[in-house]
Amino acid sequence: MHLMNSELFTLTYGALVTQLCKDYENDEDVNKQLDKMGYNIGVRLIEDFLARSNVGRCHDFRETADVIAKIAFKMYLGITPSITNWSPGGDEFSLILENNPLVDFVELPDNHSSLIYSNLLCGVLRGALEMVQMAVDVKFVQDTLKGDSVTEIRMKFIRRIEDNLPAGEE
Amino acid sequence: MADEALFLLLHSEMVAGLYRAAEQGEGENGRCITKLENMGFRVGQGLIERFTKDTARFKDELDIMKFICKDFWTTVFKKQIDNLRTNHQGIYVLQDNKFRLLTQMSAGKQYLEHAPKYLAFTCGLIRGGLSNLGIKSIVTAEVSTMPACKFQVMIQKM
Repeated sequence: MHLMNSELFTLTYGALVTQLCKDYENDEDVNKQLDKMGYNIGVRLIEDFLARSNVGRCHDFRETADVIAKIAFKMYLGITPSITNWSPGGDEFSLILENNPLVDFVELPDNHSSLIYSNLLCGVLRGALEMVQMAVDVKFVQDTLKGDSVTEIRMKFIRRIEDNLPAGEE
Repeated sequence: MADEALFLLLHSEMVAGLYRAAEQGEGENGRCITKLENMGFRVGQGLIERFTKDTARFKDELDIMKFICKDFWTTVFKKQIDNLRTNHQGIYVLQDNKFRLLTQMSAGKQYLEHAPKYLAFTCGLIRGGLSNLGIKSIVTAEVSTMPACKFQVMIQKM
């Protein structure tokens, strides 16, 4: 039963990406769309996350990284990415995904070489963190779908969002 | 294992995203329901393929419908279909009194017109699942009071 559940998510995500590839002419637009949808999911998912995880306020970006990798990824995707490649300033790190559940049954056709298949994840992380006053930049730098040995998501802290400002985007 | 909350949010954002794009004239206009239905169809096909790998062969059509109402529905929506009715001539009505993809919406009547958007994916899901079990069908849905809904399956004889 559990297995089936993860397949439901993976297959549904796959159907979405396939549909977007039909709707938009170039991969960049699909990437943008996936990021936007991810953002909208992230801003709502954070509420569920805070309610269920009992995680308190993070004191620094390292703690945030830990919470994302060990609690959030585990809770929602059943995997625990490792955290590596910290920048000297401690404002940038990488999440290494050995197995990305989103790509379980996926192969990229040749004519979609610029497609960032799992780009939804970047949007989710950006959206969720924005709701806890952190502006971050999130992008894929390695992807097993493109022949890399692991999937790597790079996260960069940009700034703290002041409480009294409305959330910036969309 | 992916979490249910994530699936629910993905589904509602899929609906919202398609409609947003159609309004802005991106993508093709006005075919959102069909697109959602087609996406569901693909997912239904894939799921049933993996799910029936180790199950015994089905006796007949009714046996397949029961499987959809129990096992299939439980894995996808965490509950069984509440009522299955048939005229024994190829029409089945599956009633879910608390349909998972509608429970997050307000029950007020003013949202009733938006309900079809949130049912199209599931219509496709049923049609896709049945199609992979060798049954060609047309699936439609209707809501009279949220969050209850009925899916009507019309078997197409080949």
